[in-house]
Amino acid sequence: MARLEVGQIIAVLKEKLPDAVVEEVLDGVDPFVVVKAEAWAAVAGLCRDDSRLGFDLLSCITGVDYPEREDGAEIEVIYNLDSIANHHELTVKVKLPRDDPRIASVEEIWRTADWHERETYDLLGVVFEGHHNLVRILCAEDWVGHPLRKDYEPPDSFHGIKNVIY
Amino acid sequence: MSELENRNPDPLTKNVVFLTAVDDIINATRANSVWPLTFGLACCAIEMMATGAAKYDIDRFGSGPFRGTPRQSDLMIVAGTVTHKMAPRVKRLYDQMPEPKYVIAMGGCVIRGGPYVKHGYHVVKGVDLLVPVDVYIPGCPPRPEALLEGLFKVQKLMKREKILDRTRRTTKPEVYQPV
Repeated sequence: MARLEVGQIIAVLKEKLPDAVVEEVLDGVDPFVVVKAEAWAAVAGLCRDDSRLGFDLLSCITGVDYPEREDGAEIEVIYNLDSIANHHELTVKVKLPRDDPRIASVEEIWRTADWHERETYDLLGVVFEGHHNLVRILCAEDWVGHPLRKDYEPPDSFHGIKNVIY
Repeated sequence: MSELENRNPDPLTKNVVFLTAVDDIINATRANSVWPLTFGLACCAIEMMATGAAKYDIDRFGSGPFRGTPRQSDLMIVAGTVTHKMAPRVKRLYDQMPEPKYVIAMGGCVIRGGPYVKHGYHVVKGVDLLVPVDVYIPGCPPRPEALLEGLFKVQKLMKREKILDRTRRTTKPEVYQPV
């Protein structure tokens, strides 16, 4: 298959899943598309299986905490997709409510999502529904809180080891 | 008259008998065969590996055999950032080493948390909160020469051991004063 520009990729998404795309930003260094949280599983499956898209690699999953957005506190989950076969890429963002961020796991679609989703869960508290083993991956098993949240306060001590010396 | 006496007319050494203290001979053997624990936590471990490799060659100073088990080691080189998740493992490895044992804190992170001292929620602010440290080596990371210098300091400490002194490590880590 041939390489597609970002606009063409989004056109394919809109053709197959007309309700999924919320917003698209095509200018800037990294053009991206925002999809609905409940449509993300379908979008992910389409991205991998549609031969025109052919996203066979999930490069990265990132979470960003935006506690002071105009339309309410949000957590964004950003998926960087790559197609090795077609030589194109896509950035997909999903916006979730900050007080209860839940999104479908894509572990079954790209196996690499396993650890990436655990990382995002660990640091930001995003719950990936359907993940087979959603436990902390970086922090200790019994860590409290999600450190990359903007309002995170680190503990004064952990298991008797003091954490604040100044 | 034996050949040896013929060749060595010095009356003091012709019978090849030396007198020394037990402490001295034990300490000399101990200090010149330091077996460190193979133990790297972060980037400082790269410098530790360089110290062990051909160019800096820690074997020259009798400290080559990095052991794979704490039970055979008498020196723990804590090389790299100690996180709270790693802390219990570090403590357990230290506890498993036989006495007398020595600890080198290598690099800024191990000494006081380094760049993570203020905002690093996950970093132990100095490994001396966990185990008593004998020698601190500053640097980020310290060069291999610095680690060798630290090893010499440990060897100096080893030469001060007393075979009858069993109290050295009974002091609590919080009040333990490194020499």
